[in-house]
Amino acid sequence: MERSVIIAGFGGQGVILAGKILAQAGMEHGLEVTWLPSYGPEMRGGTANCTVVLSDAPVGSPIVDAPTDLIAMNLPSLDKFEPIVLPDGTIVANKSLIDRPVQRSDVHAHFVDVHPLAEQAGSARAINMVALGAYVKATGIVPIDVVKRAMADMLTAGGKEKFIAMNEKALDAGYNAI
Amino acid sequence: MPVNTENMIKVFGRPKSMTDVRSTYCPGCHHGILTRIIAQTIDELGIADRTVTIAPVGCAVFAYLWYKCDAVQASHGRASAVATGIKRANPKLIVLSYQGDGDFASIGTAESIHAANRGENITVIFVNNQVYGMTGGEMAPTTLIGQRTTTTPAGRDPGYFGYPIRFSELIATLDAPVYVTRQALYDTRRIMDAEKAIKKAFTYQVEGKGYSLVEVLSTCPTNWHMSPVDANRHVTEVVTKAFPLGDMVDRG
Amino acid sequence: MEERKLMRGNEVIAEAAIRAGCQCYFAYPITPQAELLEHMAKNMPRLGRTFVQAESELGAINMVYGAAAAGVRAMTSSSSPGISLKQEGISYIAGANLPAVIVNMMRGGPGLGDIAPAQGDYFQATKGGGHGDYHMIVLAPSTVPEAGELTMLAFDLADKYRTPVMILADGMLGQMMEPVALPDPIDPASLPKKEWALTGAKGRDPNIILSFDLDPEVLKRMNLELQRKYHDIEQNELRYEEYQTDDADIVIAAYGTVARIAKTVVRMARADGIKLGLFRPITLWPFPYDKLRTVADRVDTILTVEMSAGQMWEDVRLAVAERAHTPFYGEMGGVVTTPNKILSEVKKYAG
Ligand SMILES: Cc1ncc(C[n+]2csc(CCOP(=O)(O)OP(=O)(O)O)c2C)c(N)n1
Repeated sequence: MERSVIIAGFGGQGVILAGKILAQAGMEHGLEVTWLPSYGPEMRGGTANCTVVLSDAPVGSPIVDAPTDLIAMNLPSLDKFEPIVLPDGTIVANKSLIDRPVQRSDVHAHFVDVHPLAEQAGSARAINMVALGAYVKATGIVPIDVVKRAMADMLTAGGKEKFIAMNEKALDAGYNAI
Repeated sequence: MPVNTENMIKVFGRPKSMTDVRSTYCPGCHHGILTRIIAQTIDELGIADRTVTIAPVGCAVFAYLWYKCDAVQASHGRASAVATGIKRANPKLIVLSYQGDGDFASIGTAESIHAANRGENITVIFVNNQVYGMTGGEMAPTTLIGQRTTTTPAGRDPGYFGYPIRFSELIATLDAPVYVTRQALYDTRRIMDAEKAIKKAFTYQVEGKGYSLVEVLSTCPTNWHMSPVDANRHVTEVVTKAFPLGDMVDRG
Repeated sequence: MEERKLMRGNEVIAEAAIRAGCQCYFAYPITPQAELLEHMAKNMPRLGRTFVQAESELGAINMVYGAAAAGVRAMTSSSSPGISLKQEGISYIAGANLPAVIVNMMRGGPGLGDIAPAQGDYFQATKGGGHGDYHMIVLAPSTVPEAGELTMLAFDLADKYRTPVMILADGMLGQMMEPVALPDPIDPASLPKKEWALTGAKGRDPNIILSFDLDPEVLKRMNLELQRKYHDIEQNELRYEEYQTDDADIVIAAYGTVARIAKTVVRMARADGIKLGLFRPITLWPFPYDKLRTVADRVDTILTVEMSAGQMWEDVRLAVAERAHTPFYGEMGGVVTTPNKILSEVKKYAG
């Protein structure tokens, strides 16, 4: 088993952190993982993305030409990465910002209205957790409880314990949206 | 006629921490006097077994030979950075960074200023002879206006080559240094003053007070093309006008 | 060993250095290795060790020279342009027989280049970027855990041979995260004493550390000593990995992150019926010439893949000595290669 996901969006949408939490969860679940951030000017301005590979064997390339999955938080990300997702792969797309359907018919597409769900969970900033929750449900890559624990571990390490409960709600909201 | 030494009292001798290796400096050069003063200071403070000397690139490249102390030779201009590394690695050591004016005030400008600005607890002896001695008498950053060197054959024109840099004054503007002074060795009084200054600089280091810089004006009879006596007079009458003597900072 | 933690390459190298007993770390900031400085800034003072942000890379490498002379484990890190500035100090460290560890997280060059991953500093690292007849041991990690292992090893080799050791990686390895289980820390006090170090001439003759002698005959002898040391290192310290080379028709020669990308290519190619293998030098100096030559005797093609215009390629051709075809594929300027790009190159030479 090897899955790779590109998580992409605007800077500030939390795609880098979502990737780290997924990688952390994969590791805590006993998988081999790599997390690779996008580089360069991209990091500063508009778009950001990271690639997470999760495998039950040592990971070779941390760079993927064709990911099994995509989490697209905005339209430019969907435009850019939809064509390279492997057949039978999974696309989770941000319905709040993307107003076109996925054009591929050979992938599993899930549109999630992340903004209202995040706000209901307690903060508009939790859209990344909503999307991650949905992705976990759609792929079954790791149990949601492991993702919650990984999120809590990461926030605790960063001294941000007070956001754990809210982010748990956001993960659940995404998970239950599919 | 053989001399009877039986009833003589020894009043002057080689400092204990000084080796009897033959000097590599030219006749009339002040490096020799300075070397002796440093050895005497090391003796007086009883620090020979924990002193580390850093020899620069320049005429003093052999400075590791003069003392019965550990030593390392540094690349051109970097002695103050090497001193930083040694002192930080082992603060118990007494670190002497011995540098020429090209080394300290030209190629090593960044390392020199920043070691001072960090207040490294080291002692820098900065020998200002207004030329690059070792490489044959080229212009140094300290070369006087109008001074002829092999690279300023018509004399240093400040409009073209800039002015002699008063580096100790620059260092003295910083907040960290505890002691910045300029000394000379052209007569007995100056030598005694220099002895006091050098002892003070080392004492501050021993006491953990921080960075000290002792600039010492030196002759270079060879590259100034002067006799030792004329060179001495030149320091007295000319060089001290451009580089006035005295303490600039004493926060000890 | 601790349990696995998800860590960035830069952080792992810093933490591994701390665990290897690194007492002094000096550096000047540069992308993409800023996290290395940050980790050291946070942790060295806490441990009573030295972190100094130097005024320049020149300052930093010369502080390393001083600290190494004083007998402690010392390290500096930078990325390509900063490593160019360190060359003077590296030559002095090699010439003075001092142990030190230098990390280069390579980025695109020449000149200011960019901040994306590249492998353009292979020549500089392996052929002596500074002046004089010297070498340093060059270790090229290909995964984040291996970056940790090789950093610990670097300190041991530096001390064993009294020589500079470089960790040569690209920016990608510094930025990416992987699970790592680091070994327990070494107590610096437990390391063997360095009798040659500058510790104060108490009850012994002075120790003098030099890289020079103006008498050519003496300097020649010093050089011969260095060469003898390099010979020992070549005999004892070659490290490399072979992956599915046994039955291979084509073998990729690659190091660092490119090698791990190539591992994926080996699996992809084999799924397509192409017998592909991988030869990965772990020590770039010394380079495993003989080992690669025996591989060359068994295969048709050795394809060198680098993120450069073909620097390690020269060593590959020297090793192979026309026993096999030696084509090259490279990316430059911080453009990273990918599994598909490499696979399509491989297909040119298959069958
Ligand atoms: C990097 C480098 N550049 C140049 C030299 C050549 N060099 C040796 S000594 C010297 C001048 C030293 O002058 P100064 O520091 O004033 O000391 P002095 O010789 O006058 O005692 C120079 C330029 C060198 N060794 N290394």
